[in-house]
Amino acid sequence: MAKKRVILIFPAALTEEALVYKLVRDYQLAINILRAKITPGEEGRLVMEISNSTEKAIERGLDYLRSHGVLVEELGHEIRIDQDSCIDCGACTGVCLSDALSISAPDWKLKFDKEKCILCELCVSACPTRSIKVVF
Amino acid sequence: MKTIAQINERIKKGEAVVLTADEVVEFAEKNGVEAVAKEVDVVTTATFGAMCSSGAFLNFGHADPPIRMTKILLNDVPAYGGLAAVDTYIGATECSLSEGIKYGGAHVIEDLVAGKPIKLEATSPGTDCYPRREITTYLTLDSINQAYLYNPRNAYQNYSCAVNTSDKVIHTYMGTLLPRMGNATYATSGQLSPLLNDPYYRTIGMGTRIFLGGGIGYVAWEGTQHNPLANRTENGVPTAGAGTMAVIGNLRGMSTEFLRAATFTNYGTTLYVGIGVPIPVLDEEMARFVCVRDEEIVTNVYDYSVGRRSRPSLAQVNYKELRSGQIEIQGKKVRTAPLSSLAKAQKIADLLKGWIVDGKFTLTEPIMGLPKSRVNTPLDIIGPDEIPVEEEEEIG
Repeated sequence: MAKKRVILIFPAALTEEALVYKLVRDYQLAINILRAKITPGEEGRLVMEISNSTEKAIERGLDYLRSHGVLVEELGHEIRIDQDSCIDCGACTGVCLSDALSISAPDWKLKFDKEKCILCELCVSACPTRSIKVVF
Repeated sequence: MKTIAQINERIKKGEAVVLTADEVVEFAEKNGVEAVAKEVDVVTTATFGAMCSSGAFLNFGHADPPIRMTKILLNDVPAYGGLAAVDTYIGATECSLSEGIKYGGAHVIEDLVAGKPIKLEATSPGTDCYPRREITTYLTLDSINQAYLYNPRNAYQNYSCAVNTSDKVIHTYMGTLLPRMGNATYATSGQLSPLLNDPYYRTIGMGTRIFLGGGIGYVAWEGTQHNPLANRTENGVPTAGAGTMAVIGNLRGMSTEFLRAATFTNYGTTLYVGIGVPIPVLDEEMARFVCVRDEEIVTNVYDYSVGRRSRPSLAQVNYKELRSGQIEIQGKKVRTAPLSSLAKAQKIADLLKGWIVDGKFTLTEPIMGLPKSRVNTPLDIIGPDEIPVEEEEEIG
């Protein structure tokens, strides 16, 4: 299974087009929307994970978006935890609604599942030791 | 019945049976509380949490010509200038003049313990005996005379669970609280927590030797806001932040693994302090106390979006529920997150156990117990003629 995380930036005129629907229907791509900010009449942003059995299929879909004026950027940033300064308090897990960050018995060490992270970045300011950073 | 002296004899001979507060719960489940009283000598308890009421006394030594410092900055963080010429107290929550809450007194203390050089800037009006008016120099933990942690209030016996019922995110000393009860945070190490294993302070008092910040410390006094008369459940466990202790210990010998600076967003800086307290199992009552389990420790859930002294309690929950990752408040399932590190607390309890088993750490008889009855008073806004007159107790 091929997977890609991308940021789609829609010009204001395109925010009312059903482009994502076409990605699913015409290009058979599985779409997982991680974040979205779409207001009619304004530039829109979608962060999504796209998967299909082949990378080629994903590229075809992205080319279709580009041809309609959507700016496609690869998701180059991610959350990184500094293991040396992390104290395993668990404060970050309280704001991690996607459960990417978790802490539990028996060892109560912080665990981070990158696959589940939706890059909401709430954990960055919730960390008391400032051990969580967004890296590009 | 055992005495502390007898337990110390066993420690010295290498015969003492020492368990952590987690292990003793398992031991009691298998063998019963009577067996704990008979066979276990010491139970080690621990916590590693954010403790704002922390700080350190420092003595810099005298420059030539000498200065009587009145305004003092350590890495741009103000330190107290109202002591003798070159003495100061640096408090954990004091913030840097240039960096604000990104760097505070807690960070200065952590940097000292890490062995990093600290910039000292001080000024003075100058006196006949202390003519120097300003100084800028660098110091380290090793270069100064005294450096000891003195924390007026640490290791709260139980603490509230926090939620936010408002419509917006709030940032508190209980962490980031999501709107409409999106999460709940809690702060004690539960069954591993020191004062929850000795709920009536039978063995913990002034002079009790403890693990402090990776080194050795002592209980110095009752902590500020010590409130032994808080509500308790039948097993003696308070359902709110009751007892507290003031602790003291040499910064030399401590480590940044167990003493860490932190910043709570939109709140300020604070110090995570690692504390371990050995509890002697003197008799069956103490055995019962040290066998306390998370499910028997109850706390109240408070709405931290209410900016008042008294907040309404929304529910009572126990630590087993809190530790499960989810609690129910008024029919709503709410995710929970700890703020104090249980991983570190477990490590401290294990380390302290090791010290005692190896005969490197013996127990102390408290010189004076923590008060068992003391009323914690609020601060009322009044005029000078409105000071309440203390009611005299009736005699007879």
